[in-house]
Amino acid sequence: MTSIADRVAGPPLADEADARAAAVPVALPVITLPAGAERELRLDLFRGLALWLIFIDHLPNNILTWFTFRNYGFSDATEIFIFISGYTAAFVYGRAMLEAGFVIATARILRRVWQIYVAHVFLFTIFLAEISYVAARFDNPLYAEEMGIMDFLKQPDVTIIQALLLRFRPANMDVLPLYIVLMLFLPLIIWLMKWRADVTLALSVVLYALTWQFDLYLSAYPNGFWAFNPFAWQLLFVFGAWCALGGARRMSRILSSPVTMWICVAYLFFAFCVTLTWHLPQLKFLMPKLIEQWMYPITKTDMDVLRFAHFLALAAVTVRLLPKDWPGLKSPWLRPVILCGQHSLEIFCLGVFLAFAGHFVLAEIAGGGVAMHLVVSVAGILIMSGMAWIISWYKHSADKSATRKKGTVGNADMAGGGS
Amino acid sequence: MKSNPVALLGLTVLAGFLAVAPARPQDAPARTEAAPANCEVPAYLLTTESTLPKVEHAVKSGLPLDILVVGSRSSTISTLEASAYPGRLQAVLKQMLPKVAVNVSVELQIKKTAEEVATGLVKLVEVKKPTLVIWQTGTYDAMRSIDPEDFRGAVGEGVVALKEAGADVVLMNLQYSPRTETMITAPPYLDSMRVVAQQYDTPLFDRFAIMHHWNDSGDFDLFSPTRGLDLARRVHDCIGRALAKFVIEAARVDPAQQN
Repeated sequence: MTSIADRVAGPPLADEADARAAAVPVALPVITLPAGAERELRLDLFRGLALWLIFIDHLPNNILTWFTFRNYGFSDATEIFIFISGYTAAFVYGRAMLEAGFVIATARILRRVWQIYVAHVFLFTIFLAEISYVAARFDNPLYAEEMGIMDFLKQPDVTIIQALLLRFRPANMDVLPLYIVLMLFLPLIIWLMKWRADVTLALSVVLYALTWQFDLYLSAYPNGFWAFNPFAWQLLFVFGAWCALGGARRMSRILSSPVTMWICVAYLFFAFCVTLTWHLPQLKFLMPKLIEQWMYPITKTDMDVLRFAHFLALAAVTVRLLPKDWPGLKSPWLRPVILCGQHSLEIFCLGVFLAFAGHFVLAEIAGGGVAMHLVVSVAGILIMSGMAWIISWYKHSADKSATRKKGTVGNADMAGGGS
Repeated sequence: MKSNPVALLGLTVLAGFLAVAPARPQDAPARTEAAPANCEVPAYLLTTESTLPKVEHAVKSGLPLDILVVGSRSSTISTLEASAYPGRLQAVLKQMLPKVAVNVSVELQIKKTAEEVATGLVKLVEVKKPTLVIWQTGTYDAMRSIDPEDFRGAVGEGVVALKEAGADVVLMNLQYSPRTETMITAPPYLDSMRVVAQQYDTPLFDRFAIMHHWNDSGDFDLFSPTRGLDLARRVHDCIGRALAKFVIEAARVDPAQQN
């Protein structure tokens, strides 16, 4: 099997500088896909970073947790991840749709969906092994009630079928099902965008609003709902796709305005101050009660508007501060992050697995000592980077002859999205 | 932060974790009744802006102080009910307020969501007429992934009903349970309870943060797979003490003046 690496080249995340630089050979009325030869390393960098942060956030708190975004604002790595996934998926499959047509592009997207589904089931198997082990061994009377969560093991038939239907998703396993659903609708999204990109984005906003108005959700097993509501999170994915298919360039004037920049910085600062009161309860008295009542809760399930706005502000400031041709992108120090971002599905799965493994090591061997938490986090990141390097070696060296025969189109269909 | 020699093995172990036999000593022999564990709680976790006027009134005028704990299974220790935190709360309060007749009773609502409990709360209060209701909730809702919005609404309704029925209310949130962290998603329920407490000006006893603190500071090893009752008993003892301090603090009563 060829590597599932993305081949993303072309326009960066919403940056006006590149609008000028990018060549635009395929000029269609609505969608234009610049065919830059150079890979957009910033996308890889931030997706890799998001993967690292998701891994760290899935582990028990430790010193590294303080380096993750979610402690300094409303949004977290999930937003980055879903946005960049929408961006790259639309970019790769949007081109496939222009070059090979709707049917071929859809077929390729469905194959990608299948890969993600298999990855999810694989992770579920590992999760089941871990839980069964804990259930068999752990019997602390202090947690008699909490251990009731293992009751699903008494009905493996139902549990496994529900897991295959994506309805039973244990904690930390919510991102891939969301991604599967979003990818399933990607052919429709791209097709609509080919027709009218802005209308598609508007429809997405309407769906988001309806979700909030009528409380749309997908139910889960044994009860409850999807922890990442696809009806709400689609907005970020579609927005990513819209940016990839020319929206970023059209936004460039707004993005380059100093007014936008100041609004973004002010909002990020406000979010930072609010999050500070979560971590230092001593400061809570500084928060006006009226603002609290209006603002809370900031839901992640339905991607609160405050979270979305926070992500937008963060992205706007980032593309401004980090130009596409920043030499640091080529530095060997950032190489591990970028490699991880280039092989995102594999590294994401590995990250989820390592988070399980990390919990297990902390619980069984280390007893949850603070130093051990740090060791586990750092080791996990090293393993993720090492694996990304191996995958990239396979792609460039071990599979070289195979890819040469297949040609570039065959390669592109494996690309995109990478969860 | 103590460094652990096992930590050096971490890298190797992480890679092949399934093959590694658990290196931790099995359940340590149960200790005999020890002196109270060292379980300091940082002051900010025991202070609250909200008050308990009914409790304050009862204590200051020497009326009996009837406390009703409404909770799930984590409000008791099976086969050791008397050592669970409600019993400890009563003992410690009696010590701190020797002139007040303190009586703590427990109403367990096992395997019930906050919504199911909330509907029956008023009846409980009418029967028992407590001065203070300590409502421990959230665990079962988190296990069943009840919509946090619904949960928040139910807790809010329950708090309002209790207050209208004439009782003071203290909310108590989930236990910190590191072993089940990958399976039970606690944060939305913790947040919801914080919001309700804020909204209705009700003191929230942050059991989760307190236990988390004990685990981080090494007072208790909450990862322990022990089957023995000793750990549960010591943790409940400490929760009972912390809760007594919290109630007295929220009621703005100075125990020194009561002696």
